[in-house]
Amino acid sequence: MPARPLSPHLSVYKMSRYSLVTSILNRFAGVALSAGLLLLVYWLMSVAAGAGTQARAAQLLSLPVMKLVYGTCIAAFCYHFVAGIRHLVWDTGRGLERSQSQRSAYLVVAVSIALTLLLAYCAFVLKGHAS
Amino acid sequence: MSLRTPLRRVLGAGSAKEGVQHWWQQRLTAVALLPLTVWFVVSLLALPSLDHATVTAWMRGSWTALLLILLVLVATWHSQLGVRVVVEDYVPAPGARTVTLTLLSFLHALLAAAGVFAVLKVALGAGA
Repeated sequence: MPARPLSPHLSVYKMSRYSLVTSILNRFAGVALSAGLLLLVYWLMSVAAGAGTQARAAQLLSLPVMKLVYGTCIAAFCYHFVAGIRHLVWDTGRGLERSQSQRSAYLVVAVSIALTLLLAYCAFVLKGHAS
Repeated sequence: MSLRTPLRRVLGAGSAKEGVQHWWQQRLTAVALLPLTVWFVVSLLALPSLDHATVTAWMRGSWTALLLILLVLVATWHSQLGVRVVVEDYVPAPGARTVTLTLLSFLHALLAAAGVFAVLKVALGAGA
C-alpha cells in the first residue's frame, strides 16, 4: 500500500456527527440492498421454475429469520430512497449550506423511519405477505 | 504550469470525456429507480397473495413484465456502480481489489441475466 493519503480522505474533513452518520448509513443501506437483489432474483427464478419449486422456495423464504431480513431490506430501502433524493437535490447545487444540510439530515432520518414503519406495517400486519 | 503530461501535449489529446461517466450513470439509474421501486413495492402490496398462480398471473401482464425487466436491469446496474465505489474505497491491495471487482461484476451480470430470464420465462408462458 503506498505511503500517501488515499481516498476516502476521511481525516482531512472536519465533519459533524450528523453528516458522518447520514453518509455512512446511506452506504450501509446501499450494500444491504445489493444483497437484497440476490433475494429478489432468487424469488423471480423460483417463480419461473414452476409452482413446486416456488412452494419449496417459499418455505425457505418464510422462515422466521427471514422476517428480520425483510425488515432490514425495508428499512434499508426507505433510508436509501430518501437519502438518495437528498443527494439528488444536492447535485442541483441546492441545500448545501450547513444549516440546510443539518435540517435535511434530520428530515431524511424522520421521513425514512416513518416510511419504514408504514411499509413494515403494510407488509407484515396488513398483508402478512412476509409471514 | 500545466497539469497535462508531456505525452498528452505531444499527442494533442484532450480529456477522455469520460470523467463523469460513473457519476452520471449513478444519477441516471437513481432517478429511474425512484418510480420503478415505488411501482414494485406498491404492486407487491396490492397483490392479494404471493402464491404461484397470483404471482404468475401478475407477471404475465405486459406492463408488469416490462417494468420488472427494467427494474432488474437498472437496479443491478445501480448496485454494480455503488458496490464498485465501496470496494475501491476499502480494498486497497491492487490484487484483491481487482479480484473483488471482477467477481462483483460477474455476480451482477449473472443477477441481471437471471432476473430478466425469469421474468421473460413467466411472461412468455414457458413457466407453467
